[in-house]
Amino acid sequence: MTELIDVFLGGTFHAAVLFLVAAGLQLVFGVQKIVNLACGSFYALGAYFGITAVGLAIKFGMPPVLFFPVLIVAGLAIGLVGLPIERVLRTIYRRDESYQLLITFGFLLMFQDVFRFLWGATPRTMDDVYLAYGTANVLGVRVPTYNLLVIAASLGIAVGLGFFLERTRIGRIVRATAENRDMAEGLGVNASKIFALVFTVGCMLGTVGGALVVPSGAASLDMAVELVVESFAVVVIGGLGSMRGALVGALVVGLMRAAAISLVPELEMLSVYLVVVIVLIVRPAGLFGKATA
Amino acid sequence: MSTPAIDVGWGAVVQRVTPRLNGLWVLLGLIAVMALLPCIASPYALMLMLPFIGYGITLLGFNLLFGTTGLLSFGHALFLGVGAYTAAALTSKFGILSFELLLITAALASGLISLVIGALCVRYTRIFFGMLTLAFGMLFHSFLFKFYSVTGGDQGMRVLRPLLLGMEWRGGKTAFLTGPFYYYTLLLFALLGLAMWRITQSPFGLHLRAIRENANKAAYVGVQIFRMRLAAFVISAIYGGIGGTILAVTTGLADPELAYWTHSGNLVFMAVLGGSGTFAGPAIGALVFVLLQDFVMSVTQYWRFVMGAVLVLLVVFMPQGLSGTIEALVRRNGGR
Repeated sequence: MTELIDVFLGGTFHAAVLFLVAAGLQLVFGVQKIVNLACGSFYALGAYFGITAVGLAIKFGMPPVLFFPVLIVAGLAIGLVGLPIERVLRTIYRRDESYQLLITFGFLLMFQDVFRFLWGATPRTMDDVYLAYGTANVLGVRVPTYNLLVIAASLGIAVGLGFFLERTRIGRIVRATAENRDMAEGLGVNASKIFALVFTVGCMLGTVGGALVVPSGAASLDMAVELVVESFAVVVIGGLGSMRGALVGALVVGLMRAAAISLVPELEMLSVYLVVVIVLIVRPAGLFGKATA
Repeated sequence: MSTPAIDVGWGAVVQRVTPRLNGLWVLLGLIAVMALLPCIASPYALMLMLPFIGYGITLLGFNLLFGTTGLLSFGHALFLGVGAYTAAALTSKFGILSFELLLITAALASGLISLVIGALCVRYTRIFFGMLTLAFGMLFHSFLFKFYSVTGGDQGMRVLRPLLLGMEWRGGKTAFLTGPFYYYTLLLFALLGLAMWRITQSPFGLHLRAIRENANKAAYVGVQIFRMRLAAFVISAIYGGIGGTILAVTTGLADPELAYWTHSGNLVFMAVLGGSGTFAGPAIGALVFVLLQDFVMSVTQYWRFVMGAVLVLLVVFMPQGLSGTIEALVRRNGGR
């Protein structure tokens, strides 16, 4: 029983972070119709920058218990790199999607070396603030309180994002632009601005995800390319462009991985890909996707 | 879909009438130059040409899928992995050293695997096809990576020196690779290039182009879309398997990175760099990619940044690739 709860908590923590990155991917795909391979780079960028930010904050005498808000602010701030990247992407919105996929692959390659240049090739860890909040007891299993905070933050962001898209004026404009760009422009929407906004928010979701995950592990050069595949798995399972899909897909992937790690470690990622392949065969548009193929 | 269409439909007929530089001659010309290369080039340069031959063959196949049929696979490196691991398993586990047998087995293995994967994938197009092939590629990668006892895990598997035409070749590794092996694979490259040219010029190739341009219309006039796409997928996989075998013999190692998705990304990079709209373009892209990567790596350790920047600039300013751009320049200067 405790093992089950352990797997559940571990899986949910991973899913919480995955959801953020996948939500960014979904948002950008939903509106700009670009599958952003560089989402993994944003995630890694958030992780590296989070380490630097928390390190600086502590150096300037900030009490370690405040590191959680520092990480979120750092994630949001570095997410602004989305703006200049969107400027470049803007040139190819009307191009074939293979080119769009490829240009984000180019960004991914570039980011790899930016990380290597700024933070070095060896994995970086955060000084021990991970357990600054102590541990909590959940049904007889001890978990770091931080993990629960991250899960809560991710849920909060999910709700906030849902509210933004469904209930606010700008959210409605974003959805209208996603539905039909030309029509929205005809009605007086400044689509370029909406695209820049959406891409930057998508980028921020990734960087915040990376910043939140890093205290529990390390920031490494591999994390970008590895996460791309996982968040791909999430959006394929959930359905391209669907936020609810991202949530469910992240839970499926997170729990699946956690279960596989504790049962059959060899099947860690294999199990995830198998689910992806099965979903694509049975329901090609994903669990919540609209049939677009 | 706005893949640069060069010869659609009756374009093939026009080509026969107007004597213009066609892709086959460009490719064979390149191979002929390479055949003379050992007289002047250093062993180092020749060692660089071997990965090019491997990638060049792979790209010929890849472009049947991407350029001709319009399906973008983001998991094509899987077949490089199949070819490489076939060579590794046969040479170091079963003691089979004949290179011909390696090639045949690699072609059969990747053909069979692609038949299964293709049957599942080619129902989808566009981004779904890319994602599904990526998933299969990563499935294979994590199999290679995790099943240590079978595949050697991240250590990979050694590939022993094969026998060419049943003969054992003496001399050092470099002497073997830049000597007999170089000519052997170059000849193979030429033969496979010739075969691919026949394929693209055949009615089958026309069917594929029709599917690329408008699948519904093609189906309407009786093209069997599923079968044609599957056939293209299998052929491209076989080329990939052969390319992978050559790459593995060159490095003497089959490792899981060969099947990683970023490697598939590199294959797409090469195709677009050379220009996927032309026959010889992707192979030229492979050559430029190999040379560029080698050059940039010798200049800076941040070569990924440079390659990434090249890719971004390429997509923004030269989407038709090198061959497409050159063709456009020639046409403009030709005064037509």
